[in-house]
Amino acid sequence: MVVGGGLMGACLAWGLARQSLRVCVLDEGDIALRASRANFALVWVQGKGLGFPAYTAWTKAAAAAWPQLASDLKSDTGIDVGLDQPGGFTLCLSDRELEANVDALKKLHNQPGAVAHPYEVLDHGQTRALLPAIGPDVSGAIYCPLDGHVNSLRLFRALHTAFKAGEIDYRADHTVDVIDPQAGGFLLKGDWGEIRAPKIVLAAGLGSARLAPMVGLDAPLKPSRGQIVVTEKAAPFLRYPVVTVRQTDEGGVMIGDSEEADGASLTIDHGISSVMADRAIRMFPLLADLNVVRTWSAFRVMTLDGCPVYEQSRSYPGAFITMAHSGVTLAPRHAYDLAQAIAAGVIPDDISVFGTRRFHVPACA
Amino acid sequence: MFRRAPDRIRDQVTFTFDGILITASAGDSVAAALLAAGIRASRTTPVSGAPRGPYCMMGVCFECLVRIDGVGNRQGCLVPVQEGMTVETQKGAHALSEEPAP
Amino acid sequence: MTSATGGEVAQTVKDLAETYDVIVIGAGPAGLSAATTVSTLGARTLLVDENQTPGGQIYRSILLAKTADRQRLGEDYWKGREIAETFLRSGAQYAPATTAWGIGPVNDAEGRSIGHEVGVSAGGTARLIRARQVMLATGALERPFPIPGWTLPGVMTAGAAQIALKTSGLIPEGRVVIAGTGPLLYLLAAQLIEAGATVAAVLDTTPRSHWLEALRHLPTFLTSPYIVKGSRLLRTVLRRTKVVRWVTALSAEGAEELKEVVWRAGGQEHRMPADLLLLHQGVVPNINFSNAVGCKHVWDEAQLAFRPQVDEWYQTSVPGIWIAGDGAGIQGAEAAALQGSLAGLGCAARLGSIDDEDRERRASSLKVQLTKVIRGREFLDTLYRPSKAFRAPQNPETIVCRCEEISAAQIRASVSAGAIGPNQMKVFLRSGMGPCQGRLCGLTVTELIADERGVSPDTVGYYRLRFPIKPLRLRELASLPQSDAAKVAVLADLADTHHSKAH
Repeated sequence: MVVGGGLMGACLAWGLARQSLRVCVLDEGDIALRASRANFALVWVQGKGLGFPAYTAWTKAAAAAWPQLASDLKSDTGIDVGLDQPGGFTLCLSDRELEANVDALKKLHNQPGAVAHPYEVLDHGQTRALLPAIGPDVSGAIYCPLDGHVNSLRLFRALHTAFKAGEIDYRADHTVDVIDPQAGGFLLKGDWGEIRAPKIVLAAGLGSARLAPMVGLDAPLKPSRGQIVVTEKAAPFLRYPVVTVRQTDEGGVMIGDSEEADGASLTIDHGISSVMADRAIRMFPLLADLNVVRTWSAFRVMTLDGCPVYEQSRSYPGAFITMAHSGVTLAPRHAYDLAQAIAAGVIPDDISVFGTRRFHVPACA
Repeated sequence: MFRRAPDRIRDQVTFTFDGILITASAGDSVAAALLAAGIRASRTTPVSGAPRGPYCMMGVCFECLVRIDGVGNRQGCLVPVQEGMTVETQKGAHALSEEPAP
Repeated sequence: MTSATGGEVAQTVKDLAETYDVIVIGAGPAGLSAATTVSTLGARTLLVDENQTPGGQIYRSILLAKTADRQRLGEDYWKGREIAETFLRSGAQYAPATTAWGIGPVNDAEGRSIGHEVGVSAGGTARLIRARQVMLATGALERPFPIPGWTLPGVMTAGAAQIALKTSGLIPEGRVVIAGTGPLLYLLAAQLIEAGATVAAVLDTTPRSHWLEALRHLPTFLTSPYIVKGSRLLRTVLRRTKVVRWVTALSAEGAEELKEVVWRAGGQEHRMPADLLLLHQGVVPNINFSNAVGCKHVWDEAQLAFRPQVDEWYQTSVPGIWIAGDGAGIQGAEAAALQGSLAGLGCAARLGSIDDEDRERRASSLKVQLTKVIRGREFLDTLYRPSKAFRAPQNPETIVCRCEEISAAQIRASVSAGAIGPNQMKVFLRSGMGPCQGRLCGLTVTELIADERGVSPDTVGYYRLRFPIKPLRLRELASLPQSDAAKVAVLADLADTHHSKAH
């Protein structure tokens, strides 16, 4: 039983079915918080894992496994999720910004147990050679050849389409209110009725926080609100993803990205949209006349340190929790490795490092 | 496709559409002026390249999108014609620059 | 702020004040009446409208109309003059050619609501303006009429032809076919015939069975103002063109533009060459603004559309946001004007300009009039209810989402693939994500999903819309005020490196 039909839940369900398990997904209705719908669709490695080298390794492996996932989904469903991994850029609009980003990467590469990822620091001219459309304000960039992006809407659709092929029982409008651990399994209840399962995975994003304690699990989240600006379709001008500006394969341009410690309100802050739009135009002046068609705000599934949480309940083995804000990047890890671990009922070391114990250990100097 | 009622011819305004000189009446929207000049399709869609023309004339359908004075995707039915305007077919998605995609 | 002749007309966004008591959005009969009412009662008022002149759709270009138009377009249209002229004398500020694209809450330090912030755009410049109360009068739009070929150049709405006629005096050339259901069908046919157009046929898709159902409401209808107008129009049209009734299927054919109209009636297929096909199957509330603001909406089974939930004074479920006129439910132009005035009274009482007793006193005759003018509505709603075939197309090739070119077949197939609601459908197919933001596909998508699932449209729901509800350029967004908190949200501890060019 997978509680949650977003990207996390869908990847796990698909992966679990491939492990020959009988899978049922309980999802909310058409209107729900759904962090999955608000993502930036990046498959991003650069900069991940500062303070947590295992996360760098986890992310690198995910990016490397993405072509396999794309190919498997294509053969299962006929849907091409539009994976493109040409490398990605962090564009900087001041020398200080470039310095700060370079420093962060140096730190990441020098930390104890560091896992390296390739990257290049480029000046304006070098960036221009790769991205001819950049504006004069761009002081430089950091390029990582492992980065890329995907069409996350098609990814979502492919996974849901695969449910039918994999005989996954997907049930919408089945919000889980209570989970009762019982002998031999768990009883899940809502106003739709109840259902029993020997194994459950809480993949409900923000919804997991409420359910986790019922099965002896922890969902250590911190409020994180992000906004995105979306434009109309434009003629193709940008193949490479930039961490805050990307052109989808449909033509629309997505502009991000912001973070506020707000878990309460989804009201759009126009000031934030304005700063993001301002920066996007300075990065690519030709964006100025493009029409904005939508602004989004959503709550991220943000754990206390920003790195995933994967854990099996000690008091109720068979109950698992999985949380991550980089659901797109990590999709292959969820679909393959995590699903395998959950099916086997044993969490290997490279996954157990993402348990919640790390939040209870006092920080080392 | 449309002709002007004789009592409704107002001050003349001339503009170009894809280089062709068109005469309109002051107060016409760009979309109305194009219809009066016999132009039925003023854009091609970004998805399939299909020709489209104005459908609702009230700013709701976004079919009347045209490029006006170098700015793409403007709703022709909401923009009043101006003397000397350069109007062009909106070909597909909003064109940004001459540079090809990297 | 009052000049000798009334309020000022804003030429640019710079002419607007930082804050108003009331901002009214939409200059149709409801908006004009609402603005006139609140302004006359002392509220500092701004009326914002996308068009160049007041009147909305029904009274489009009314102040530019000449006597020849009075004959051509009818007395009902002419009524709009007084409403517009009264508004211009009311002391309210008027911002034409100005698009309102967003509304957000304004809270005090304790988090309590003290008003709203309205995003507007004019002449390529955007601005945020505050108001204590906001009145939406965004009116109606034509119900989507998805038939095969409806995206071909040469196919337009009946409303489009009226706009071309009213604003620019344009008369269709060549063979015109008018198709659909509703009183506007015959009104337009009569107007075009009067203007000298060749109306080759009127194809009436009103289902035969509806006449029996509508009979229930006939007594009220017979005492309503509609009956007289209706029968006169009908006689004109029957005399001057071919009228085909009980049309059950319709399509437009042509390679790159309309060439022929094909229809099914009496169990047979017929075709006719045509240069212009005008479609109309009623109007529905334009709910994009009220939806994006977060107002609660209900499905109106009689009118087969979603409308915002309002109280007796037309306040929505969002305090301080009001909606009157066709945007709150289709009742027609005269009702819209009355509702606008009633909403204006409700809003004025909210502002403290009048007390409740005064509000009741002023409202009583308006309420009586309103009851009178909507008499006969139920008859029309029942009779002209579009048939399912034209709301949830059976022909799989029919394009449903025009912007993204999504077919009915794709929508139906996605329901079984898991897209059980319109917002999931957006993710699956991108329907509703184009520039029109669901205005031309929303109801169809909801009805198709309802049809596939065997549930009511109420259960299915509608797209969840977001601001901006009308596009603005990225550069306009970039020029809005940027607080320090906003810079921190985007740049964290590099916030101080952001020096906006726009400021």
